Amino acid sequence: RGRGCGAEGGCGAPVWPDSFVHRLQYVPVRGDHIIGIVTAKAGDVFKVDVGGSEQASLSYLAFEGATKRNRPNVQVGDLIYGRFLIANKDMEPELVCIDSSGRSSGMGLIGQDGFLFKVSLGLIRKLLAPKCEIIQELSQLYPFELVLGMNGRIWVKAKTVQQTLIIVNILEACEYMTAEQRKQALARLSG
Amino acid sequence: FMQRGLDSQTKKQLEEEEKKIISEEHWYLDLPDLKEKESFIIEERSFMPCEDLLYGRMSFKGFNPEVEKLMIQMNSGCKEEEIEVDDKMEADVSDEEMARRQVIFYVIINIRYETLVGTIGKKFLRKRDQSVLQDEDEDGNNNTRPSKKAKKKFLKPQD
Repeated sequence: RGRGCGAEGGCGAPVWPDSFVHRLQYVPVRGDHIIGIVTAKAGDVFKVDVGGSEQASLSYLAFEGATKRNRPNVQVGDLIYGRFLIANKDMEPELVCIDSSGRSSGMGLIGQDGFLFKVSLGLIRKLLAPKCEIIQELSQLYPFELVLGMNGRIWVKAKTVQQTLIIVNILEACEYMTAEQRKQALARLSG
Repeated sequence: FMQRGLDSQTKKQLEEEEKKIISEEHWYLDLPDLKEKESFIIEERSFMPCEDLLYGRMSFKGFNPEVEKLMIQMNSGCKEEEIEVDDKMEADVSDEEMARRQVIFYVIINIRYETLVGTIGKKFLRKRDQSVLQDEDEDGNNNTRPSKKAKKKFLKPQD
């Protein structure tokens, strides 16, 4: 099992081993934005499951506007969108929900409702690519909100449960569907 | 804690160690030149810079307006635009400031030059005035001269 590493060739073009496309197990990488599930509160620190080999720690001060008196309202079982501050093989991974300037920039607690599910890491990369057809086609269907974590987790929230589940099923099926099959499925939905 | 008898010995040992260290350092100075080869391979663990991935939070058709604002901020490279704008602003300001500073600089220099010319000119004028006055006196009345000379010389009391 290899680690998520890409090497740059001499001409500056990134090169990466393609075996990581179908990978499911996530390896924490510093700077990656991920969706985590709070599993425990241990004093001043939350334990967060990120889908890696060990749990990550998240300090309650690592939220925007958090002080010792003004603690964030995070409970066990909540979803967190954060990024790795420390992620190497020698230390316990550490998450934060603020960027380097102290602002949240979209990180923190993910709201109530919605649906969380897991996909392969290669699909996440495909979905996060600049001009992803899947995302563009889905965005035409109905209003919804989407959070993509580099650890293979996706959170979807739409107005109704049915709409949410439709989006979830399409995203899960994108792993093995071809573009034509996807367009047919979407045509059936909107038609 | 050092005893007198051991001073010279320990000093010699320290000197020898220092010489060894220095000679070793000399060796080390030579070696790094050979080892400094820039490797063309950079290892990067995250996929983010490899593929220019978008921001992970997305919202469509106005479901979450805050997230949609965030999407525009994080994805459209606004940071780069802001940086360019800042550079341009700084360049404009610095140009204007430079122009102002140059104008002020020249004004100050002119003022100082005028004052310098004035003070030096006055000195010259005084000397010239003095010499001109003396010439006029010579050409003109002689009465004033003995009086001046009389004033300058010691007057003998007349009998």
